[in-house]
Amino acid sequence: MEMNARQHKFGMVIDLDKCTGCGACMVACMAENNVPFKVDETNKRDSITWMRVYKLTNGKPYPEADACFLPRPCMHCEGHAGHSPCVSVCPATATDYSSETGVVSQIYTRCFGCRYCMAACPYHARYFNWWDPVWPDGMEKYLSPNVSPRMRGVVEKCSFCYHRYQLAREKAIYEERDEVAEEEYQTACTQACPAGAIVFGDLNNPDHQVARIVQPDAHHHFTGHSKIAFRLLEQLGTNPKVYYLTEREWVRKMCDQYNFGPQAAGH
Amino acid sequence: MKLDRRSFLSFVIGGAAGTALTPLPWKLTDDLSIWTQMWPWTPVPPDGAYSYVSTTCTLCPGGCGIQVRLVDKRAVKIEGTPGHPVNDGGICPLGLSGLQLLYGPSRVDGPLKRTAGRGAGRWTPISWDDAIGEVAQKLAALRGDGRPQAVAAISGSGRGTFSALVERFMTVYGSPNLMRPASAADACEMALYRMHGQQAMAGYDLENADFVLSFGSGIIDGWGSPVRMIRARSLWKERKVPLVQVEPCLSNTAAAADRWLAVAPGTEAALALGLAHVILSEGLYDYNFTAFYSAGFEPWRQMVLDGFAPDQVAQITGIQKDVIVDLARQFAKARAGVALWGRGRGTTPGSIDEAMAVHSLNALVGAVNRQGGVWALPEIDYIQWPEAEMDATAANGLQTARLDGAGLEPHADARSLAHRFFTAVAEGKTDPVEALLVFEANPLYTQPDTATVKKALDKIPFIVSFSSLQDETSAYADLILPNHLYLERFEDVAGPAGLNQALIGLTQPVVAPQRRTRHAGDVILALSQGLGTPVADAFPWESFEACLEETLGDDWDALVANGYVARPVSLPHWSSAFGTASGKFEFAGTYRPAPLEGDKGAFPLVLVPYDSMRIAGGTAANTPFMTKTVGDEILKGNDMFVQVNPQTADSLGLREGLYAELSTPRGKARVRIHLTQEVRPGLVAMPRGLGHTAFDPYLAHKGVNVNALLGPVDDPASGLDAAWGIQAKLAKA
Repeated sequence: MEMNARQHKFGMVIDLDKCTGCGACMVACMAENNVPFKVDETNKRDSITWMRVYKLTNGKPYPEADACFLPRPCMHCEGHAGHSPCVSVCPATATDYSSETGVVSQIYTRCFGCRYCMAACPYHARYFNWWDPVWPDGMEKYLSPNVSPRMRGVVEKCSFCYHRYQLAREKAIYEERDEVAEEEYQTACTQACPAGAIVFGDLNNPDHQVARIVQPDAHHHFTGHSKIAFRLLEQLGTNPKVYYLTEREWVRKMCDQYNFGPQAAGH
Repeated sequence: MKLDRRSFLSFVIGGAAGTALTPLPWKLTDDLSIWTQMWPWTPVPPDGAYSYVSTTCTLCPGGCGIQVRLVDKRAVKIEGTPGHPVNDGGICPLGLSGLQLLYGPSRVDGPLKRTAGRGAGRWTPISWDDAIGEVAQKLAALRGDGRPQAVAAISGSGRGTFSALVERFMTVYGSPNLMRPASAADACEMALYRMHGQQAMAGYDLENADFVLSFGSGIIDGWGSPVRMIRARSLWKERKVPLVQVEPCLSNTAAAADRWLAVAPGTEAALALGLAHVILSEGLYDYNFTAFYSAGFEPWRQMVLDGFAPDQVAQITGIQKDVIVDLARQFAKARAGVALWGRGRGTTPGSIDEAMAVHSLNALVGAVNRQGGVWALPEIDYIQWPEAEMDATAANGLQTARLDGAGLEPHADARSLAHRFFTAVAEGKTDPVEALLVFEANPLYTQPDTATVKKALDKIPFIVSFSSLQDETSAYADLILPNHLYLERFEDVAGPAGLNQALIGLTQPVVAPQRRTRHAGDVILALSQGLGTPVADAFPWESFEACLEETLGDDWDALVANGYVARPVSLPHWSSAFGTASGKFEFAGTYRPAPLEGDKGAFPLVLVPYDSMRIAGGTAANTPFMTKTVGDEILKGNDMFVQVNPQTADSLGLREGLYAELSTPRGKARVRIHLTQEVRPGLVAMPRGLGHTAFDPYLAHKGVNVNALLGPVDDPASGLDAAWGIQAKLAKA
């Protein structure tokens, strides 16, 4: 894949040793993106959470038990040259991989709800609107004009807060700047995380913190440089742009299915 | 007309070709699919001018700076304020979802008067004048009778001008019965009062600590100022500062700690003294501090050496002797080790002995009033009002004994004992309480043993709630005089919990009041006017805002602009650091565990509540977004799971997901079983904050309120509620 200065590859690195599982990222995301809610949200298969924090446990008996939280946004998989699993199967081109930003988009008005993309996504990052969203009387007041509320029958997912990129870019253009600065475009979850566990930025820009932490290796399928870095289900070759860090080996093993590291990735 | 084969075929083929070529069916299919997705009730949020307002969140005592994004006059998002000394841009799930409270269905629309039995939910809207008039009339009548002490108030607004206003009102009115909801702050204040001789709060210099020993404090589960604590813990990760968590179950904090010591529940104080034993016997303590700045060291040392040798403590706590010895050495040898107390989020006070034993450890290693240690921070004294004049009625009323027994023997140094108030009133052991005023508190939900609280409320003929939201207590009141929500009002937040900085935060209106509410401070001013001289004379202010502006003086402009002012704090000079009789730090604290309530034969297990950042367990209740983040291993439909070790479940014939009846001496509940190795065998863990009966359908009737199953246990050393659990039984349902 060729690179030039204009080609961004926005990505994220989440430090699982800092994550406390508090759920602020989930709520920040819901508040930022006009995500609806129902009276009963305990059926997690139809509960729309663009960002979802999973709890992992090491399975050992008390008191050797250990737990770890794993925030899971959309991985914005690049696959091979933009062939991410969901984009490849969408019959309506409602979801697309942007080679300019690396963001996997979702265009609600194009989506007709076949849900192939949900079947294709190995991360369960996509959600279907089985019902029209209903806000209690008066609560629509807090809805943000930057993100359109979705209707019944379409799939939605994390957009890396793309509207924030659009706003930041508009501002940059207005101020006659070529580039959006690192701090100008940050996702809502990154901004809210009280632990500072999420770092977001352009993986193609060596000055960005995310690129410095991850140092993606272009010759090894963009796996992270650090020994404690991994990606979810590395062996599937989805080439995600969300990286994780943890010192805990049991977590790394569990998350990339016992098949981690540049050597094991097979590329 | 005869239809032959040829014309039939031309008709069919021609029809098919025509259908395929005309765009009409495709257009109709397309229109239909768009039409089914374009219902007019899918809202299109209007655009407008963007702006931000900086204010302070008051949903918990954390005091985080928040900035609210506005589109025209609509608040659309709450974010943490970058650079704020407490949270620097970070924010918790509750703070993030405050707009769901502001615009949500739980708001009280305006003053309401009860028209049917208490709790029946039948109200009639009344005017503000009538509402204030009715309360003023009732209060005036009681005062006229010479019984001002029959009015009690509970105020959960913490420290600050509003809280001082309530206190001043009760004083000039003539009632000593002003309480605050019990919390770990009570035990913390009392421990510091006994050991430092000061009315102060503990401020922890955690950012400079290099070894943190936590006795069950939920460092990342909401203890202290939650966002600040989570930030501090990330800092420790970066700097490789070890965090050791002493706790019976694997809380999130224990899982996040570098080391988790699974101590036998209720024996934390014994472990602290065991560590002290090693430090004392190996001479690892701070000689300078113990010799020159402390009193009572010798007898305390002897007590520890006599009773808490590591092998004895190993027996009590279940922590191996060499682990104790090793940990004590590490803690003492750290350059800036600090020990924390107050279990979980600090919802209940807990044992004062435990607080003092842990704080004595701090003193031993010299962490008291030291960089990276724990400081006693006196309240910030910006509220300087002239002394109020009192008449004889007030003076007589104030002479009467407090109904909760605080300030009286044997609890002379207690400032508020809310649980004893409700028990005493329920049992009819006190003079009758004729009126109860409830400010920013929800005792009917948050106090342990809700049945007793309800019984107490039943005996009080006149209950006025000032709640903005339809909580359990306001649902059970006679009158609701709704306050503005925190995003609609002025308020000051002094000294966020656990912070080692003198910080004043300002809460200011972000949007105009959304309902027919009135600032409770203005209502108090109006009530005082209604009562006439001398009560009215103590309140010369035109409005609460004017009162606040005058009180904050020169800081006002900076507060309005930035949302906070930070005053420099310097560590007190040793000569004036302690207000005790000896002028020195006084060692205290032993191990006198208050027994758990309930018969171990009938109730062989122990129910322990736990705290989670995703479930608000105090006066502020869960927002729809927060409840959405709660896992399905905790809540499924309206059923709540209790967390049980598989070993415990096996012995009772219980399996994952089964329904069971959980009973304690105080109550019963139908729950489901979730098996986990994170919970100690013999314990039943249940989250705090579910099982509401009031608020909205997004929260009400989901799960069980753990407070309905718990009961208070008096700490023999302080009178505070020292219960951390209760004996319990689980049986197949």
